[in-house]
Amino acid sequence: MTFLFYMLSAIMIISALFVVFSKNPVDSVIYLIICFIGMAGQYILLNAQFLAVVHVIVYTGAIMVLFLFVIMLLNLNKEIIVRKSKVTRISAVITGGIFFLVMVAATRQVIEIHPRYPFSGTVGLVSEVGKTLFHEFLLPFEISSVLFISAMIGAVMFGKKDEVKNFK
Amino acid sequence: MVGTIPNINLAWLVPAFPLIGFLITGLAGKRLKHNQGGIIASAMIFLSFIVSVVLFYVLRNSGQDSATVTLFNWIAVGNMNIPFAFLIDHLSLTMMLVVTGVGSLIHIYSIGYMHDDERVNSFFAQMNLFTFSMLLLVMGANYLVLFIGWEGVGLCSYLLIGFWFRNPAFNYAARKAFIMNRIGDLGFILGIILLFFTFKSVSFSEIFAQASLMHTGGPIITLITLLLLVGAVGKSAQIPLYTWLPDAMAGPTPVSALIHAATMVTAGIYMIARSSILYNLAPITLNVITAIGLTTAIVAAIIGLRQNDIKKVLAYSTVSQLGYMFLALGLGAYSSAIFHLTTHAFFKALLFLGAGSIIHAMGGEQDIRKMGGLRKKMPITYLTFLAATLAISGIPPFSGFFSKDMILSKAFEHNVILYILALGGALLTCFYMFRLLYLVFFGQQRLAGANPHESPKVMTIPLIILGVLSVFGGFLNIPSLFGGNLSFSNFLQSAVFSKVSEKISSSTEIGLIILSLVLLILVIGIAYRTYVRKANLPAEDGLPMTAWSRIVTNKFYIDKTYTVAFEKPYSTISNFLFNKVETKVLNPIVDGIGEATSRMGALTRKLQRGNMSFYFFAMVAGILLFIVFILTI
Amino acid sequence: MKDISSAIQLIPLEHYILLSVALFSIGLMGVLFRRNTIIILMCIELMFNSVNLLVTAFAAYHSDPSGQVFVFFIMIVAAAEVAVGLSILVMMKRNVDSVDINLLNRLKW
Repeated sequence: MTFLFYMLSAIMIISALFVVFSKNPVDSVIYLIICFIGMAGQYILLNAQFLAVVHVIVYTGAIMVLFLFVIMLLNLNKEIIVRKSKVTRISAVITGGIFFLVMVAATRQVIEIHPRYPFSGTVGLVSEVGKTLFHEFLLPFEISSVLFISAMIGAVMFGKKDEVKNFK
Repeated sequence: MVGTIPNINLAWLVPAFPLIGFLITGLAGKRLKHNQGGIIASAMIFLSFIVSVVLFYVLRNSGQDSATVTLFNWIAVGNMNIPFAFLIDHLSLTMMLVVTGVGSLIHIYSIGYMHDDERVNSFFAQMNLFTFSMLLLVMGANYLVLFIGWEGVGLCSYLLIGFWFRNPAFNYAARKAFIMNRIGDLGFILGIILLFFTFKSVSFSEIFAQASLMHTGGPIITLITLLLLVGAVGKSAQIPLYTWLPDAMAGPTPVSALIHAATMVTAGIYMIARSSILYNLAPITLNVITAIGLTTAIVAAIIGLRQNDIKKVLAYSTVSQLGYMFLALGLGAYSSAIFHLTTHAFFKALLFLGAGSIIHAMGGEQDIRKMGGLRKKMPITYLTFLAATLAISGIPPFSGFFSKDMILSKAFEHNVILYILALGGALLTCFYMFRLLYLVFFGQQRLAGANPHESPKVMTIPLIILGVLSVFGGFLNIPSLFGGNLSFSNFLQSAVFSKVSEKISSSTEIGLIILSLVLLILVIGIAYRTYVRKANLPAEDGLPMTAWSRIVTNKFYIDKTYTVAFEKPYSTISNFLFNKVETKVLNPIVDGIGEATSRMGALTRKLQRGNMSFYFFAMVAGILLFIVFILTI
Repeated sequence: MKDISSAIQLIPLEHYILLSVALFSIGLMGVLFRRNTIIILMCIELMFNSVNLLVTAFAAYHSDPSGQVFVFFIMIVAAAEVAVGLSILVMMKRNVDSVDINLLNRLKW
């Protein structure tokens, strides 16, 4: 078990690094997909079955495909974009590192929080998640449909070609 | 003392008219046609004169001696309550009548004199502003309102002396006048502060009420009166602050007549007369005043003997006569001083206006050595000038005789030596005035090519009116010797507290009068012989002179002394500060502040250049700092 | 049940925190590092996912299903955001003909 965990974390971290540092955008997409698959594995390790499946379907299946689609549509893999200056790049890495250190230092002493419910292993099953979703979180669930509608409308609006306006 | 007198509230009209005149001619001057500015200005002063006459009758009919008219509550801070109020009593009424009466005549004269100057409306605006300030000065019910007027007349004097500002020498004269006045004003301000500190008020009624309970000769009172005296010395051109007055002749002649003969220079005398109660408590100061007055009278008369510019002679004559007024003040004869002030206003204004008429006729020439024989060509000017000269010399029954005789007899009562010196000064006055008269009006016409003609009516009528006043003005105050009852002095008695004098006997007085008359006629004879019979001309410039002549002609080198002692060091310091401090240190600092702000702005501008990457960085940095901040607190 | 609980609790919670923080900072570094807008959007997705992982780990450890529901909602929002973000990106490409993020610099006015 622990071996699986460490292996998956290693894969995730290495692929995340490759996402950041690779030159080709398509390569970045592929590495991100690998990272997400690793993450799905982590979910399964935590017995969050529902989330794992949803993660694969939504993220890997839809969002990354959308990314790839846009990259191919706009021919971004053919372009070579000038990189930022060396100073900026080094300072970016340093900032990331500092952030990591700060957060690690912040979370070193995590206070023991007593669990709310007695331990049950069924947390993560579809039925449990569904029950909680429709009992306690019904309103946000409904509102999220509104969110999707607005996102769809926004996306359609942005995607339209501008009509040539007559300014005379 | 607050009047429930009907109509006394008209008092605010008196300074209001000149102020309105100033605003009209000053603001709308460009649009007025050529003579309209002068007519408006003169009309305003004349209206003030009429209101003053009305106030005179109102006050007399009310039976009270004085009335205070408060316009508004001006300063009310803590314990200090200073209203903007006018005090209408006999002294201020006298001054108001003199200022507005002589002022309106001079304004009318100026319509003719200045009519072809391009800035004539500006001139009348400044003259009206001057009259307004002078009226504030004489009508004020407390030292602060007086001081407002004091400063105002100083300002207008500066403006009017430098009226023809394109000439840098005139500007210098104007600055000199203003700065010397300022030196006096410093003493005056310190005096007012000390007054407030001692009496907790600056109002005349309150101060004088408290002062009458004080002992004579206290140090504070002496200090206060000395400081006020400094102010008066500066304003009234006494030694040592007198050198500005001859230079002030750079202004137009009506200005010299109004400001430097009849009104502004008398402000110091008015102020001391007003504060007579305080001065009676400080005998040391009175002795100082006597000394200053007598010295000034004599020194100025000596200098005047050798002047060759018609206006400069009259200027030194003014300084000398002011010295006489100071002498009277120092002897405690305040009402005599005011009487001499009044008669002096008449004949000195007349002399100056006559001089203006002559200068106008001679096409701008002011050197008396070049004039001559104007008697036949300008009869009205000659006759009025003669009347004024007789008045100033003290020939009876002209006005100057009565006023000067009062002063001389008071001097005799005090000290015989004082009398002798004062009489000497009077004889010198007579001599140089007649010298002036003979050189200008008698003899052959010395200026070739000039065509002197009599001045137009608008200029001669004021001359005639002033001539009449100079002749008959003395009858205001006929002493009991001649059967009169000193109406003028009695009139002033309620406001001004002259020292009671030990009367000299009538025979002594008649003897003194006969003595002075004989000496005066002798002097006139000498002058006649020198300048008419022998037709002696004063020497041209540049010829060698004896040592004494040189000293006198150079005005005892006092001007040069002041230049070396005060002006040169001052300008050296000033130049040093400008070149070393201002340019090298202060300017860079001030510019540097601006530059620094500019640079900081440029630096800060870089924060918002719009590039997203920098914004990301800034966000992350902010979040980091925030987290660190939260965690470490 | 015992197996699962013991299985889950084999890995201490701190490790999950460490992993999540590492992924988050890598994503952050990627946002600051890259100039291509698409890659930046992808790094933002990476940050989202690190947070998801952490919340799920806590939910599993404390047997609280609301944690997992919350992750569900995060995914919803992330999906919507990607849709809109990519359409903005397409518009950007149409307008300035490049996806370089430094070309959008009008925020100064």
